[in-house]
Amino acid sequence: MPDPTLARPHDPPRDGPLRYAHDPSRLLLDIRNLEVRFNTPEGVVYAVNDISYGIHEGEVIAIVGESGCGKSVSMMSILGLIPKPPGEIAGGTATFMGRDLLTLPESDLEQVRGIEIAMVFQDSMTSLNPVLTISRQMTESLRRHYNMTDEQATARAIELLELVGIPDAERRMSDYPHQFSGGMRQRVMIAMMLACNPSLLIADEPTTALDVTIQAQIVELVSRMRERLGMALIWITHDLGVVAGLAERVIVMYAGMIVEEADVDSLFDNPHHPYTMALLAALPRVDRRRDNRLNSIPGSPPNLLNKPRGCPFAPRCIYTIDRCRSERPPLIPLSPTQRTACWVTTSDDFKYERRQDSGYESQSAGTYE
Amino acid sequence: MKDDKIRDMNLKALAPMSDITPSNGHEPLVRVIDLKKHFPIRKGLIIRHTTGHVRAVDGINFEIARGETLGMVGESGCGKSTAGRTLLGLYPATGGETHIAGYHVQEATGDEWMAIRRQAQMIFQDPFSSLNPRWTVNAIIGEPLRVHRIIEDEAARTERVKELMALVGLDPRFINRFPHEFSGGQRQRVGIARALASEPIFLVCDEPISALDVSIQAQVINLLEDLQRQLGLTYLFIAHDLSMVRHICDRVAVMYLGIIVEMADKDDLYEKPQHPYTQALLSAVPVPDPKVARHRKRIVLEGDVPSPINPPSGCRFHTRCPIAQPHCATHVPEWREITPGHWVACHEVEPKFRP
Ligand SMILES: Nc1ncnc2c1ncn2[C@@H]1O[C@H](COP(=O)(O)OP(=O)(O)O)[C@@H](O)[C@H]1O
Ligand SMILES: Nc1ncnc2c1ncn2[C@@H]1O[C@H](COP(=O)(O)OP(=O)(O)O)[C@@H](O)[C@H]1O
Ligand SMILES: [Mg+2]
Ligand SMILES: [Mg+2]
Repeated sequence: MPDPTLARPHDPPRDGPLRYAHDPSRLLLDIRNLEVRFNTPEGVVYAVNDISYGIHEGEVIAIVGESGCGKSVSMMSILGLIPKPPGEIAGGTATFMGRDLLTLPESDLEQVRGIEIAMVFQDSMTSLNPVLTISRQMTESLRRHYNMTDEQATARAIELLELVGIPDAERRMSDYPHQFSGGMRQRVMIAMMLACNPSLLIADEPTTALDVTIQAQIVELVSRMRERLGMALIWITHDLGVVAGLAERVIVMYAGMIVEEADVDSLFDNPHHPYTMALLAALPRVDRRRDNRLNSIPGSPPNLLNKPRGCPFAPRCIYTIDRCRSERPPLIPLSPTQRTACWVTTSDDFKYERRQDSGYESQSAGTYE
Repeated sequence: MKDDKIRDMNLKALAPMSDITPSNGHEPLVRVIDLKKHFPIRKGLIIRHTTGHVRAVDGINFEIARGETLGMVGESGCGKSTAGRTLLGLYPATGGETHIAGYHVQEATGDEWMAIRRQAQMIFQDPFSSLNPRWTVNAIIGEPLRVHRIIEDEAARTERVKELMALVGLDPRFINRFPHEFSGGQRQRVGIARALASEPIFLVCDEPISALDVSIQAQVINLLEDLQRQLGLTYLFIAHDLSMVRHICDRVAVMYLGIIVEMADKDDLYEKPQHPYTQALLSAVPVPDPKVARHRKRIVLEGDVPSPINPPSGCRFHTRCPIAQPHCATHVPEWREITPGHWVACHEVEPKFRP
């Protein structure tokens, strides 16, 4: 149930539980053919290359991929948060509640960012103002967006801090960001985001710098808040472990492209992109005895200064055929909930077998890097 | 180059020089006895005075057998890096001692000290943050060869650097490149080659893969395993990735606020964790399998790690412990062996402690 105390002031009360009430007709955000580049002295960086996906109301999706594959830029660009220049949105649309964010004037976009879409970043220090108390930062946005009085805003801010588990919230209102530990700062960030009761929360690697214990607390907090408030969540990460416990749907990115998209069970049980398979085989398990060497993926992710002609993963892939090098595979639907961009593994006679057939020969000393 | 050819070549050149190690072969290679490292906290601008101490490492004990990999885990700030540096003698110890291959690290001087420096090396999270960016890979990897006068002739040294590069899977043609011309994974290989240059027998790996992407982590882990097998290396593997530690280590020590709270064979520790802290830590590790993840029970610890300046009385963990009893706040738990090889410091583990 949406939390009545946190209902959006400008919204009519929502009816019924929103949890998992996804309805394709209630697409919240619809990204189509997004292309983002950076024009740098070294050349054009093709950061995001023709990606399309949507997220429904109340849905939780994860975007996974290694560093530099365009996860952050793909989200920041639709919120008008990349520097232009050198950044350039070279194409596409991002429809949010009926409006294309990419053509929205900055003043409208600021409203969307403040109220409808909230973002939590890896380093909360950069998004909290170091010279203002937590009280100032939280009450200001409440007053600005909701015309609350000082007292109302303060009471709401304390309530939110308590909600996210800050002990002694009232006293800590007068503290500065640096007086909080990393995990507590992330909680403050989350409280600030919740102040506006957004319909979409984008969390960009919010736990990457934190210990597993703190990460578990933050993941749990965000899922609880999300269920309570019914908002949709996009969780950006490189950690497939976190994804498994949190997401309903997963988007795997590589070199600025979506290479696979699937419901969480299919992605882990039946991955079809060789990159997804290789990533899963490279992960040790905390809950199992060691059975094998890790499968390692030779080489390293490509430099985005060159737009690959074919499949970006082809140089590191064990299944590569000629076609992979010359023609970029589109996302090919395998089931209503899974799409994979691969010429080889999407053919009918391909069968995935975990580990055995993932085929990623362990790379031994003596193979050049 | 063929794998076994490299192995051949390097086994000869890099085999541990047992003639200079006064160990009899039955002794563990590394012994750490009640090791402590406290950092003074100094206040005052003109007259500096010490107002307290960060008790970063506060009495740890363990041994590492030759060829073994001991894992060291725990939340950031619990003292893992300090323990690694202090046991190598890179920080002067506040108390306790380390013996590596029979040398008493804290008392060694002159030739003995140089021998320890040669035989015990450290691999860092990002080896290049501490190295000169204007040096070529040749200079970086060759430095230990020069400093320890292992190879004095420059041409011969360059040849050796090329061999080391091949050993860690770097193309020797890149010998004149600079650090920034390499990817993160390649840089870590350079760091490993440099650490291996002085033909060490013991390596402290401090978060060697934390800065790397998943696909690259597996490469580095497999490399470390290969090198261990080929060269008979002994590792202390410090990491916060508990899944990787289970994969690569033989035994694991769990640290909390400067002390070791539990230590056991890895499968024993991961399958039958006894200390409530170990249990909480393991339960927080995400599992990349949605079906398992949905049913996993998390033990959520309240609050943050207390300050190591004034660690809690009694058992240091009692302020966050889900099963703490009154006596836990007053009595320091004994470090005891509850089953063979399984050590734990907790009053509430059977047989329970009753004051
Ligand atoms: N301001 C910028 N100028 C130039 N290149 C940029 C800028 N921001 C990001 N990039 C490039 O865009 C690509 C995608 O970056 P990013 O989305 O941050 O990756 P991720 O979040 O997946 O780690 C990278 O190659 C990065 O170097
Ligand atoms: N050079 C130093 N001077 C003062 N305090 C230090 C120093 N190095 C580490 N510490 C403190 O010692 C404690 C342990 O740190 P560290 O060994 O780096 O932990 P870990 O490696 O487990 O994250 C921390 O509280 C840290 O702030
Ligand atoms: Mg990013
Ligand atoms: Mg450390």
